[in-house]
Amino acid sequence: MSATETLEGYNFAYLDEQTKRMIRRAILKAVAVPGYQVPFGSREMPLPYGWGTGGIQITASVISADDTLKVIDQGADDTTNAVSIRRFFARTAGVDTTEKTEDASLIQTRHRIPERALKEGQILVYQVPIPEPLRWLEPRETETRKMHALEEYGIMHVKLYEDIARFGRIATAYDYPVLVNGRYLMRPSPIPKFDNPKMDNMPALQLFGAGREKRIYAVPPYTDVKSLDFDDHPFEVQKWDDCCALCGAEDSYLDEVVMDDKGRRMFVCSDTDYCEERRAQGHVGPLGTSPGTPQAAE
Amino acid sequence: MYVAVKGGEKAIENAHRLLAEERRGDRQVPELTIAQIKSQMTLAVDRVMTEGSLYDRDLAALAIKQARGDLMEAIFLLRAFRTTLPRFAMSEPIDTTNMKARRRISSTYKDLPGGQMLGPTFDYTHRLLDFSLMDDGNETQAEQDQNADPDADLPRVTTILNHEGLIEQERPDDEDAPVVDLTREPLDFPAGRDARLQNLARGDEGFLLSMGYSTQRGYGITHPFAGEIRMGEVEVEIVPEDLGFPVVIGEITVTECEMINQFKGSATQPPQFTRGYGLTFGHGERKAMAMALVDRAMRAKELGEEVVAPAQDEEFVLYHSDNVEASGFVQHLKLPHYVDFQGELEMVRNLRKEQIEQQQMLKAGE
Amino acid sequence: MSQDTPLLSVQNVGKDYGETIGCTDVSFDLWPGEVLGIVGESGSGKTTLLNCLSAQLEPSRGKVIYDTRAEGPRNIFEMTESERRLLMRTDWGLVRQNPRDGLRLGVSAGANVGERLMAVGARHYGDIRQEACDWLEKVEIDTGRIDHLPSTFSGGMQQRLQIARNLVTNPRLVFMDEPTGGLDVSVQARLLDLLRGLVTRLGLSAVVVTHDLAVARLLAHRLMVMKGGHVVEQGLTDQVLDDPQHAYTQLLVSSILQP
Repeated sequence: MSATETLEGYNFAYLDEQTKRMIRRAILKAVAVPGYQVPFGSREMPLPYGWGTGGIQITASVISADDTLKVIDQGADDTTNAVSIRRFFARTAGVDTTEKTEDASLIQTRHRIPERALKEGQILVYQVPIPEPLRWLEPRETETRKMHALEEYGIMHVKLYEDIARFGRIATAYDYPVLVNGRYLMRPSPIPKFDNPKMDNMPALQLFGAGREKRIYAVPPYTDVKSLDFDDHPFEVQKWDDCCALCGAEDSYLDEVVMDDKGRRMFVCSDTDYCEERRAQGHVGPLGTSPGTPQAAE
Repeated sequence: MYVAVKGGEKAIENAHRLLAEERRGDRQVPELTIAQIKSQMTLAVDRVMTEGSLYDRDLAALAIKQARGDLMEAIFLLRAFRTTLPRFAMSEPIDTTNMKARRRISSTYKDLPGGQMLGPTFDYTHRLLDFSLMDDGNETQAEQDQNADPDADLPRVTTILNHEGLIEQERPDDEDAPVVDLTREPLDFPAGRDARLQNLARGDEGFLLSMGYSTQRGYGITHPFAGEIRMGEVEVEIVPEDLGFPVVIGEITVTECEMINQFKGSATQPPQFTRGYGLTFGHGERKAMAMALVDRAMRAKELGEEVVAPAQDEEFVLYHSDNVEASGFVQHLKLPHYVDFQGELEMVRNLRKEQIEQQQMLKAGE
Repeated sequence: MSQDTPLLSVQNVGKDYGETIGCTDVSFDLWPGEVLGIVGESGSGKTTLLNCLSAQLEPSRGKVIYDTRAEGPRNIFEMTESERRLLMRTDWGLVRQNPRDGLRLGVSAGANVGERLMAVGARHYGDIRQEACDWLEKVEIDTGRIDHLPSTFSGGMQQRLQIARNLVTNPRLVFMDEPTGGLDVSVQARLLDLLRGLVTRLGLSAVVVTHDLAVARLLAHRLMVMKGGHVVEQGLTDQVLDDPQHAYTQLLVSSILQP
């Protein structure tokens, strides 16, 4: 889809060029020091803080007229917040938008990484609520900055140790801390830990924007991203007993859908584009119907 | 068969339409005009201008109308507009000593040069509903304050104290250093006084009121006196680069509060009074006073006082004072979190399953 | 590090608070395996001195030179902050008077002991836990309590936990600030016994600040008596306590040791 009419009285992609330059400088620094949180002069955006203002500012600063933009929230293209942000850029930048992961040059996301592997040349922009991985252990910014500078990350493992001592396993399900390029501890934003392995050595550029907290950080293409763990309690991702009820996928992150008040539920792909693509290829889950010729679920 | 819910786009459009209808309300009642809001909801306009940090009565009134009277939403609208405006010049510091004051009081001296001037204040009203206002067209004419002489010289209370050297000198850390602009640069710690005052001026009135109040109740007590509160008009000047001298570009209304606080002295400083400062656009006395209390409380470290209370903790105060930030982040909990919640669900189910299995094994072993 | 180099060499250290003297003109050498006691009444400057020696407070003058494992003697205040912080959490220990200041109260006893190991790179949960268990045993805490929060421990247990937390990285030098303060007499005796055993067994060097001469007699090889920020007397513990030379020391000894 394409929107050629842009918003009158505003610059391309809303932000003025000087602001974009400032943000691009912060992005360059972030790329140069992978995982390091670069403070930047976050602007007040016409969308509320906490709703993706950091991601939007990054997208606005790197987007150009020939980009194709995809926006997802919880993996889906048509959740209201994703729609709202996509419309914002359709209106202010007049760029083409898509729901196809493959066709997008720029993907802004909240809480998920698309299932389809990203490729070189693509940029993934994450919306970040709280950028500081040490925040729940140390509330003071002055202290956490010092801990990063001196690489004092032992306390993060203390937390993981406590999890194992209490629950027999590391009980962090999302926003699972990672070490980037062997140096900086980083919060991957609240993506499920299921997505963490996708960050490691990803061919695409990953940019993270926290608008309210005024920080930008990045993982350049092909950079090591290691999820913290212990040698004898290695990092592992969620698994489901079910497959996607619509497309039968067994390798995707599943959303639980409650079907009635008797506790009946089903599981479907959280990545709507992935699910649709599979169904278009003829894959059918236990509760789905194929758009083409009906086929048995595999 | 299950079909995934679609139509976020349509839902948003419908929501916007319903919102517009709710805003307009009963169509039998004439639509509210910007002029009415501007001239009769003046204190709402003042608050929106202050926390929106843009002095424009028309736009503030428009924001209030568009926000259906939700002042925080109006502040947000004004901020989002302000952020796109080009920056032509920095103004010179406003000179509140030369204010054309409409209100000026001091709680530290019974009388002082220039006199006390009550002006338009709720202070001594009895808070009784005035049912005559239920009917339209019930106008009363206010009389000009007999004592008021708008051109009188109004030396500051703090200047009077300064003659005796009883109050600390107020000077920027570095006269030539540019003043921080928090709308362009991220907050950094330790924050300079300029950054702190700017943050407080934009900060939420309710938050500052509670913080200021907490200092009075013993959480970081500062023994304050309302040295002086003044409200009135001041001129705004800029120095255009090609002229090289200041030119008046307009007049704005501001409220200023200078708190005077007891200070017992430290190793390097003699006992003297210290200051807390508050300033708002328009008439915003409650906010200016609260701001002055919190400003002083946050100077604890600089003055060698023990930092024990929330109001003295600059990271705590400055990171949580902004209502546009706070409201956005609190309300973002409305956004879908089902991916994360799914992760937690799976975790709790597994932990419970393991626990039940363990208990069964224990039972079997008995 | 060699046998003829002191582990810690303190040269003319002084700390002022504005016009007031915290401590001044303090010099001594501490040798490997030696325990130095600093005694004096409250306000004598002994805690200020300890804070200067343990790099928690920068002195106004003088040098504190530590014989580092890697690079030999270095002035700790000329190190980078990161070197200093590394030293503090590996080769040094700091036992505070109030165990609540020295413990992480929100995490289990095991995590408290394991923290320093994780900070220097230990990444095997089982090994960390085993090491924590060993140390709990060494400080006579029931290993069944490894997953309990320190807040459920008695004062004496908390203090022993704090000691284990400090010793787990095998430091060579431990600073102790009134380690038995705030404990009742019977608990104090047990803790002192334990400390004395550990110091001897591990060959630790220590600087112990105390106002309690009985503690000093039991733990310290050498004593330094402070008054008004100055060292008024120093020497071997038995010598100082049995034959005090300075009037102030005589007063201290007579007021405490006489029945």
